[in-house]
Amino acid sequence: MSKLTPVLSANWDEKDSFTIAGYKRNGGYKAVEKALAMEPDAVIQSVKDSGLRGRGGAGFPTGMKWGFIPQGDNKEHYFVVNADESEPGTCKDTPLMMANPHVLIEGIIIGSYAIRANHAFIYIRGEVAHVIRRVQQAIEDAYKAGYLGKNILGKGFDLELILHVGAGAYICGEETALLDSLEGFRGQPRLRPPFPAIAGLYARPTIVNNVETVASVPSIIANGPEWFAAIGTEKSKGYTLYSLSGHVNNPGQFEAPLGITLRELLELAGGIRNGHKLKFWTPGGSSTPLFTDAHLDTPLDYEGVSAAGSMLGTKALQIFDETTCIVRAVLRWTEFYKHESCGKCTPCREGTWWLVQILKDLEHGKGTAEDLDKLLDLCDNIMGRSFCALADGAASPIISSIRYFKDEYLQHLAIGGCPFDSVASTIFATSPAGGAK
Amino acid sequence: MSTQEVSADVTLELITLTIDGFEVTVPKGTLVIRAAEKLGIQIPRFCDHPLLDPVGACRQCLVDIEINGRKFPKPQASCTIPVETGMVVNTQLTSNVAEKAQKGIMEFLLVNHPLDCPVCDKGGECPLQNQAMSNGNGESRFDGYKRTFEKPIKISAQVLLDRERCILCARCTRFSEEIAGDPFITLNDRGALQQVGIYEEKPFDSYFSGNTIQICPVGALTGASYRFRARPFDLVSTPSACEHCASGCDMRTDVRRGKTLRRLAGDDSQVNEEWNCDKGRWAFKYATANNRIKTPMIRGADGELHEASWPEALATAAAGLSVNRAAVLVGGRATVEDAYGYSKFARVALNTNDIDFRSRVHTDEERDFLTSAIVGVQVNYSAIDRADHLVLIGFEPEDESPIVFLRAYKQVRKRGLKVTTIAPFTTRGSKKLNAQVIKSAAGNESQLISKISGLTSKSVILVGERLCESYGALSAALKLAQTSGAKLAWIPRRAGERGAIEAGAIGTLLPGGRPVSDVAARVDIQSAWGVKSIPENIGRTTSEILVGLQSGDIDSLLVGGVDPLDISADALVGLEKAFVVSLEMRHSSITEIANVILPIAAVVEKSGSFLDWEGRARAFETAVDVPDLRSDVRILSMIAEKMGKPINLPTVAAAANEFASLGNWDGARAPFIAASGTAISGDTILASWRLLLDAGSLQDGEVNLANTAHPSVAVISTDRAEKLGVKSGDPVRVSNSRGEITLPCEIKDIESNSVWVPRNSHTSKTIATLGIASGASVSVVKA
Repeated sequence: MSKLTPVLSANWDEKDSFTIAGYKRNGGYKAVEKALAMEPDAVIQSVKDSGLRGRGGAGFPTGMKWGFIPQGDNKEHYFVVNADESEPGTCKDTPLMMANPHVLIEGIIIGSYAIRANHAFIYIRGEVAHVIRRVQQAIEDAYKAGYLGKNILGKGFDLELILHVGAGAYICGEETALLDSLEGFRGQPRLRPPFPAIAGLYARPTIVNNVETVASVPSIIANGPEWFAAIGTEKSKGYTLYSLSGHVNNPGQFEAPLGITLRELLELAGGIRNGHKLKFWTPGGSSTPLFTDAHLDTPLDYEGVSAAGSMLGTKALQIFDETTCIVRAVLRWTEFYKHESCGKCTPCREGTWWLVQILKDLEHGKGTAEDLDKLLDLCDNIMGRSFCALADGAASPIISSIRYFKDEYLQHLAIGGCPFDSVASTIFATSPAGGAK
Repeated sequence: MSTQEVSADVTLELITLTIDGFEVTVPKGTLVIRAAEKLGIQIPRFCDHPLLDPVGACRQCLVDIEINGRKFPKPQASCTIPVETGMVVNTQLTSNVAEKAQKGIMEFLLVNHPLDCPVCDKGGECPLQNQAMSNGNGESRFDGYKRTFEKPIKISAQVLLDRERCILCARCTRFSEEIAGDPFITLNDRGALQQVGIYEEKPFDSYFSGNTIQICPVGALTGASYRFRARPFDLVSTPSACEHCASGCDMRTDVRRGKTLRRLAGDDSQVNEEWNCDKGRWAFKYATANNRIKTPMIRGADGELHEASWPEALATAAAGLSVNRAAVLVGGRATVEDAYGYSKFARVALNTNDIDFRSRVHTDEERDFLTSAIVGVQVNYSAIDRADHLVLIGFEPEDESPIVFLRAYKQVRKRGLKVTTIAPFTTRGSKKLNAQVIKSAAGNESQLISKISGLTSKSVILVGERLCESYGALSAALKLAQTSGAKLAWIPRRAGERGAIEAGAIGTLLPGGRPVSDVAARVDIQSAWGVKSIPENIGRTTSEILVGLQSGDIDSLLVGGVDPLDISADALVGLEKAFVVSLEMRHSSITEIANVILPIAAVVEKSGSFLDWEGRARAFETAVDVPDLRSDVRILSMIAEKMGKPINLPTVAAAANEFASLGNWDGARAPFIAASGTAISGDTILASWRLLLDAGSLQDGEVNLANTAHPSVAVISTDRAEKLGVKSGDPVRVSNSRGEITLPCEIKDIESNSVWVPRNSHTSKTIATLGIASGASVSVVKA
């Protein structure tokens, strides 16, 4: 029996899954009717009871977050969806919005109702023009159908939903940088406290939730929190999207209960590309410490991954087989972090600048074994010293790669260059063992 | 000190915590980094600045913190964390984690910082250099390539930026936004290529831009005038006070081999905090201008000036002043000691009360207002801090007393202080103060003052010196203060005016606020000075003296630091007839007609003190010792001696001591007779004031400063623009029977019956050209 539990992705194979008609045919917009008939606090309680935790990486309990919004404060509240999915490997929200934008919109209406917000925003990554158009169309359709705007479903609840297109900065996925960007400023993280729930967008109480988190809410309301809580593991409830990419035969989204293992997911994804074997992988995007084939049976829930020394993150499983040079892969990620460092704080800004230079030398076999110690020491000076988590993410792959593959680094130094055939790891590799399918 | 001040007002909750094993108790809300300072523990920092909001960007101040036994998993930025009860902080002194974290950050900061300390202006006084030594590793492990930039770029005519030196602490951008309200510089780009930049269409034309240079913790921002001129360790620093306005800035003058190279804002939490304006910072080259007078001069029988010896010049001056009925005009820039010298000289050596410090537009109403309501009264900056409502009348703080602006802006930003201003239009400063603007044509203020309501004893009314130009307005302001209980302060433009009042350099007052009309007050002074009598009659005002000179009633004049064109276009006419002894620094229209010229020292060359608008003494020391240049009071004492009527003030210190020993008058003040204004009418009434940066002679010689002056424009209303068929930027001509001024126009919310122009810019000098300052009819046409 398949381990898959498709909810969000249940109808992705239907031609009109992205349309309001397609969504409604499959029971869409029923949850919002139910929610608007409930007290807002009861909605929050349901989400609390479901055990839903943030799917954007940190795993903070969603219902608890909603409960932080002060009520009766006579202030405008805002509900903001973080759709600035930009991390290498992370690719769940984009297909979700592409294939089923209405489930997100329904979640936004329910969430906004719960926290008493009359304005909601989707902050979407600027590069995904096709998704932007699709979400924009979905919002228009939802307005026309009376799910957005004044007096929704005749229940007296008003909600304006605005789609805001970012300019392509990874840092704007950090919630306070996102809020700065949404306000029209340059996206840089804000000093906390105050937290967004107290003073967020325009210094008003604000919830910032990930796309998948919000999209999970309608199913919780429709089926009840017990239904959701019955899926998954003790502390990591529910289903979620696992994104497998890289050297697997059938990459893509796999919606399964939290706690599934990579071994099980690889079976679903048709295994590592033929003729190859697993070398290393990221459990939750490039900012989470690497795993190896020793972690094939680690339960992929918040606790399981954490206990094994990494983070569940965005459940972006990038799979690398033995043709991949670890130094090369880590350098590419580090270059990404250097490029995306916002520049606000010293360790991230200067640290990533420096790390790239050392890793470049190492890839070309230049340097000494002491450089590895230096790298680790620099990472120690970056980890937990920076303003936001971006720099932690930059240090993670370096530290974990040296932990598992120190010999491979040293091999570069020994032969004065990279021992790998860089073509062999590509999709267009022609060696007998190469090729995905 | 500010803590004490606050604690007088509200009871503070105190919090006790432990830092490096020592207990310390501080007010709630104190940041860990400041609590540590209280123990003498210096945590290294760059972005942190006590007057800027915490930002936590540089990460240099990381420390280990635990609260009630729970340790933070990561070291925390001590500049962003407020203290909590039961907090245990371990700094670099007691925590290896904190020490390593700090050394790591320091190493990162130096990754992209050039090793050009030997040629950098900041070298020797550089927080990065110093803290790299105290809290860094001896050597860097970085052997890669650094980012480079074209160097330097001009942020303004005065401020240059070497981007490769910048450590991106954002102090400059935060200052501009939070303190000055001029967010014209900002951080652009990202990562290591992030850089401070300007928006090309909005230059960094802030009056406070120089502060960014002073708080830059590296040599990234430098002043065009000081760049490459000196190394800090070659400079001799002297505490100073600013002579440019009545704000009272504490200053520091830095001199290298007898030459003033720079002036910096001093640190006085009760006055200028740590800031000053660009004029105070950069306008000091007037003292070394070409037209400086260094030797005494006497006008010979040939009508020409000839250099003379000091004894000869003193004898000639004494003779000229002895044989005639004489009067004294002392400009508003004299120190308290010098003003006291003039005051005593008039009474003792010249036996007259004909003395006035007001070398500007002035009225009798103003004199009576100062005599009755201002002398001896102190209203402080802290009153603005606590005010529930700030009312500005005839006063544009950003131009006319910039620190008053900064202090008000701080309250507006921090707690939304309510500000109301009576002004001809909404200025940039009013916008920043979010002020309610009650628009008034110049001259009609008195009608509007009486309509202000809702003031309490916590409200503060600030009236500008030029409000006297509006008849009845000072009376109305005084009445408003008296009926509401609000505090009233008068803010002159010049640094010496408040001191001159207290020193008695005006016809109605003797030193210490003693009314000339009061016999007991005169007896006080007579006995203190050891003289038989003090003239009893009220002395002439500046304009009465000018009339007296013209009519021959007065035939000799002692004049110190007066530009006749500040008074009126015709002031020189009377002066030409009289025997004029001029104590001057530089050649001017006065020295052109003077009979004897005695050179005096500039502020940096002498000691003394000013009283700022609050009435607070601002003492300063000699920074550059020039043997033959003396403070006015010393010269006056020498003349008096030659006249056989000694005033016995041989030094500045003697004058200061004697003035202090007199104490303040505690008897009745002269009663104030209110004047009531009538509305002026006309379809084009002139309004004007002096911009901070303009053609003032103390700004001479500093071209970089001049280049950041706000452009001179004629402000007209939309209605008028439509009638004239002009759009913003088109030239218009403002004229009357005396002359005309042509300026580009700017269309603003000024009332249709008003036009505003700068009073004394290079292209707009209203008194010299039009013969008027404000409140009179002119005509405006398309030029």
